[in-house]
Amino acid sequence: MNKKVFTSAKEALFDIKSGSTIMSGGFGLCGIPEKSIEQLSQMDIENLTLISNNIGNSGRGLVAILKQGKIAKAICSYIGGNPDLETRYLDKEIEIDLVPQGTFSERIRAAGLGIRAFYTPTGFGTLVAENKEVKEFDRPCILEEALHADFAIIKAQKADPYGNLWFKETARNFSPLMAMAAKTTIVEVEEIVELGQICPEDIHLPGLFVQRIYRGENYKNDIEFLKTSEQK
Amino acid sequence: MSWSKQEMAAYVAGLIPKDSSLNLGIGLPSLIANYISQDSHIMIHSENGVLGVGDSPHPDEVSPTLINAGKETISTVAGASFFDSSLSFGMIRGGHIDFCVLGGMEVDLAGNLANWMIPGKKITGMGGAMDLVNGAKEVIVLMSHFTKAGLPKLVAKTQLPLTGAGVCTQVITDHGHFKPRGNSFEIINLAEGVSEADCKLPS
Repeated sequence: MNKKVFTSAKEALFDIKSGSTIMSGGFGLCGIPEKSIEQLSQMDIENLTLISNNIGNSGRGLVAILKQGKIAKAICSYIGGNPDLETRYLDKEIEIDLVPQGTFSERIRAAGLGIRAFYTPTGFGTLVAENKEVKEFDRPCILEEALHADFAIIKAQKADPYGNLWFKETARNFSPLMAMAAKTTIVEVEEIVELGQICPEDIHLPGLFVQRIYRGENYKNDIEFLKTSEQK
Repeated sequence: MSWSKQEMAAYVAGLIPKDSSLNLGIGLPSLIANYISQDSHIMIHSENGVLGVGDSPHPDEVSPTLINAGKETISTVAGASFFDSSLSFGMIRGGHIDFCVLGGMEVDLAGNLANWMIPGKKITGMGGAMDLVNGAKEVIVLMSHFTKAGLPKLVAKTQLPLTGAGVCTQVITDHGHFKPRGNSFEIINLAEGVSEADCKLPS
């Protein structure tokens, strides 16, 4: 079981190669795998396909490897707030597949759970429906296929050596879904606890879906837009 | 005089019945959270994985892992819950969210909404908007009445790529409150000092 625990990002990401398809967790900068992204930026790889809601934001996160030209294709739902990606897209330097966010998350979940495809009303009558099969239920729906990856890089707050995960607040987002969908899931955490220390009822993702774990240090946990109020 | 952003947000907050569930989009709609009173028991949903969004947090209570879909720091109300993105969109697509309020670039007479790209010029992506407009029981658009170039955003027929067809039932702008009725926009309310002619509604 301890075979899952690695000592560094460098060790844990050793077999990511040029041409790999990688899912990366996080919503904006919330819950992103900071240390794995840092490691990708130091690796001599290219022609990556990245599956991530925002592909970084505000010049940070995955934007680091985007600027290095390592991403050939991005599958994401939202570009607003990521001018580096928008510019490259409008200049046709990168291929982007924009997927409605609910379809995006469900395609990833489907991949992990063995569902090959599903029908959804989302996107019917829009550009998203182009070249897709349409079927009439209570209303017209389009066929969307599962979305797989070679690797998932995600961050959780806590893991035990089996890879049981616990996420903090809204940092969970796409990460447990990606963990299920990828062939190899690499999780960085702020804390590794003993087996049994996460109460079974509180485990957000069972360790069955996790292949590698390492502990990162000095997390930035960047805030994009700080909004406060004096009222308590 | 047209409505300020705060007045628009407060107006929309007043349209949401007690005990409803409400999803708020990025930008202008997120202001609405500040005008929802706790005793209305309205549960605000944010698609990044939280039901029960509260006001902006006190500076001592800010958490970088607690944000809304606009990536702004938030607090939660008692009874709030966290979940992954699939469950979050299941709430939306499954028809469990009563209202969603989102921004717009164009709304037309048929209730078609465009809000995610201007071909060749600007692309924000649809984010969760296409799921929201097809899943929420009622879709309210909150936007400025005119574009930065001064063109009306309430139009006869949308020109931009659609977010959803025939999905929007109410529009609130800085000029007033409107409902697309197929061959006209019904005026429900106008901001003080705004005339029907000022709105440049399509006929």
